[in-house]
Amino acid sequence: MTTLEWANELRRSGRGERIETLPYAVMLGVIADHDGSDLKLIMPYRESLIGSPGRLHGGAIAGLLELAALSTLVLALPEDEPLPEIKPVTVTVDFMREGGMRDTFAAATITRLGRRIANLRAVAWQYDYSRPIAAANLNIVLARAAT
Amino acid sequence: MAEEILTGMLGRTSMMGRALDHVPHMKALGISFRGIDDGWVELEMAYSPDLVAYPDSGVIANGAIFALMDSTAGIAVVTGLRQSMPIATIDMRLDYLHPPAPFERLIGRAQCYKYTRSMAFVRGLAYQDSIDHPVANMVGSFVLPGAA
Repeated sequence: MTTLEWANELRRSGRGERIETLPYAVMLGVIADHDGSDLKLIMPYRESLIGSPGRLHGGAIAGLLELAALSTLVLALPEDEPLPEIKPVTVTVDFMREGGMRDTFAAATITRLGRRIANLRAVAWQYDYSRPIAAANLNIVLARAAT
Repeated sequence: MAEEILTGMLGRTSMMGRALDHVPHMKALGISFRGIDDGWVELEMAYSPDLVAYPDSGVIANGAIFALMDSTAGIAVVTGLRQSMPIATIDMRLDYLHPPAPFERLIGRAQCYKYTRSMAFVRGLAYQDSIDHPVANMVGSFVLPGAA
């Protein structure tokens, strides 16, 4: 399956559930939260996410942030246009607090959606959205098929 | 030459390898220690269908590459410290230069090029066959909370 095929499936379903079918998302145990209108992902605590004693691995948190951004972007692209290929080019993650042994949440917002580049910000938290454990800035190239 | 240096480092390498086996997330990702060479550290992430971004594509997810580079950078910082202490990533940036070849392992290479009393700065690359053809470029910074 290509990025494009998956993104089309995600858009057809109109909700975040399709994220749960991606192998890397399965490996992290990431699922979509169905509450509310905005897409929110949950990474329930599991031992395989641990990086050092009592703390989640930063890479797992980064993976969750990227999944939140990608799915938010796909669901926001205009429905009357063919989907472009979605290629993250630069991803910067700030780690603010340690991730404890509990469920982690993530949501993303689109800062700017252009024709060729999309800029997104994703935030991960555990107790409260206002106390983020990490945030990512993602610059994503939208590669459109020549017409 | 690198191989000779690595052979000399064998004791350290096998010790490091055993230490990494105890990190659950690195074990889950199939990350193993590859070697140390003059300030550089290399880890390897075996190809696995579990790490793939999109079903049947064989292409490793960017998130898994990020985890490989975060791990590699952390090991690079730790191996350069005179005494063992906890470290924490402050930030890390990856530029994805081209998609990885499908069904192939990835190597993370990182160097801690600057220590201050409370910080460590790292840079590195993710690559597959050749370091001259990197998949991603990494820069990051770590805090050394015990050293401040």
